[in-house]
Amino acid sequence: MLIERLSIWQKIGVYAATFVFLLFILMPFIEMFRVSLRPMSHLMTADFTWWSDDFSWQAYRDMWKTVPLLGLYIFNSIFIATAVTVLTMVVVVPAAYAYARLEFPFRALSLGGFLAVNMFTGAVLLIPLYRVLRSLSLLNTYWAIIIPGVAFLIPTGIWLLRSYLEKIPRELEEAAFVDGASRMYTLRRVVIPLAVPGLIVVGTSVFIGAYAQQFLFAITFNNVREIQPLPAGLYEFVGYQDVTWNEMMAAALTGVLPVMLFFLFLQKYLVAGLTAGAVKE
Amino acid sequence: MTDAPAIQTAQRRGLSDAAFAWLLISPALAFIAVIVAWPLVETIRLSFTDATLGGENYIGLQNYIDLFSSPKFFDTVGRTFYWMFLSVSLKLIVGLIGATLLNAAIPGKALFRILVMPPWVIPVAIGVIGWKWMYNGYFGLVSGLLQEFGLIEGQIALLATKTSAFYAAIVTDVWVGTPMVTLFFLAAMQGVSRDLYEAAWVDGAGRWYRFRRITIPQIMPVIVSMALLSAIWTFNSFEIIWILTEGGPRGATTTLIIDTYKVAISSQRFGEGAARAVVIVALLAMFSLAYLYFLNRVNRHYGAK
Repeated sequence: MLIERLSIWQKIGVYAATFVFLLFILMPFIEMFRVSLRPMSHLMTADFTWWSDDFSWQAYRDMWKTVPLLGLYIFNSIFIATAVTVLTMVVVVPAAYAYARLEFPFRALSLGGFLAVNMFTGAVLLIPLYRVLRSLSLLNTYWAIIIPGVAFLIPTGIWLLRSYLEKIPRELEEAAFVDGASRMYTLRRVVIPLAVPGLIVVGTSVFIGAYAQQFLFAITFNNVREIQPLPAGLYEFVGYQDVTWNEMMAAALTGVLPVMLFFLFLQKYLVAGLTAGAVKE
Repeated sequence: MTDAPAIQTAQRRGLSDAAFAWLLISPALAFIAVIVAWPLVETIRLSFTDATLGGENYIGLQNYIDLFSSPKFFDTVGRTFYWMFLSVSLKLIVGLIGATLLNAAIPGKALFRILVMPPWVIPVAIGVIGWKWMYNGYFGLVSGLLQEFGLIEGQIALLATKTSAFYAAIVTDVWVGTPMVTLFFLAAMQGVSRDLYEAAWVDGAGRWYRFRRITIPQIMPVIVSMALLSAIWTFNSFEIIWILTEGGPRGATTTLIIDTYKVAISSQRFGEGAARAVVIVALLAMFSLAYLYFLNRVNRHYGAK
């Protein structure tokens, strides 16, 4: 469209600025990849160099031997994030529906209360949280990482999903009620199917939150190696003497690859979903 | 938000609105009660004790008196707010620039929008490990680049001196936070009605004028709410500092949350740690209330909501 047309110089300017911006965003990954391709001995002896001819995939083979449980850590990360997402959505969907549709006492106050949870991260409440998990005998189990994760993602989930559900036309529910459907039946068979795009978006956001922030709970509530997620597991590349940086980087990149591919498929929903969830109240 | 009378009557079979609503909310509420509310009450109680692994005694306000008579603690509070303001400002500015760039009508924009996501969707800890490597003095990229451009003589270990460690941590925090801010701003920009731009364009308004007088005011509610969320997260940002410096060197990157973790978890002085946690919650609550007051006025000013 004419209004959006850029002159050739403007275009060059936009591309140049975008390049600088993306370089800032992607530099650590480029650098991690470069490190993962170089042998350890060369990494630590020479000064910084841009290019060297010693690139190989050796670290990607050795890392599985250095940290035998690496595959399990990668799996744990994805498993924990998935479990957190499923549990969060199960809890969030009915609550978001209540806030989107129903009028009840303490509605605004309780919603405010949920949102206030955003003010805490797990780090503030670690001490009593540790005791709660201990008295429920959940320490050193998957649950010790999953349950706190769920609790801290519930508020955002309710907030995002509520604005979706508000957009579903009420007439459909009314029609179901007139036909004699119960409230629960209507929620399950009318509202949820209609909300699927919103559920995907909110689910993806929750998954991102759950996947990105497992480190703190993992290092504090769990010391069983078999249960550790990837970010905590990577610390096994830190030895007594030195860090095998190249294998650590190789493992980090390999570990996030499956999730990155998954997001590649979902990114369309994600950007579209942010628009709907964040902008229109 | 009122229900149409038609629904009200149709729903009058079975539970009342209120009972059904609370039934729907109760699972979420139970989670928050056990994992957030109860620990919060416990934290407040513990802050009045000298709890350690060994046991606990009620000591009144002693923990708070110790905190507020310690100049070091005020340094930490000051540092935390400085950390928050600087980092959030940078995230908003870089995010706004990024969103504007990604919103430009150029070939390849779909790809650029994907490329901005990685720092947001991968575990925070993993990106930070990458930065930690880049900051090291001997073979790190940053030191290498600075030498290349002749800005420094010899190598520099950015995480080893106080000032450079603080700003290095800021850069990493901005890096982690920017993609999400960018994507939210981008989404908001795409939600702005095209008619506004076209009307202004017909009237001869230039690009910069349209950005200033249409884009910014239209996305202001998103900027303002993103700023608050981002401020709270940045205030409580733990992993980034912990992995890069553990609060060092010599306390230069010790924010309140790091201080709390060190006292409560590393040295297991639960009572003293709890008092710090309570201070964090109180400061954030005051900050949020002041901010929401401001947000309310901005919203009214721009006619949103």
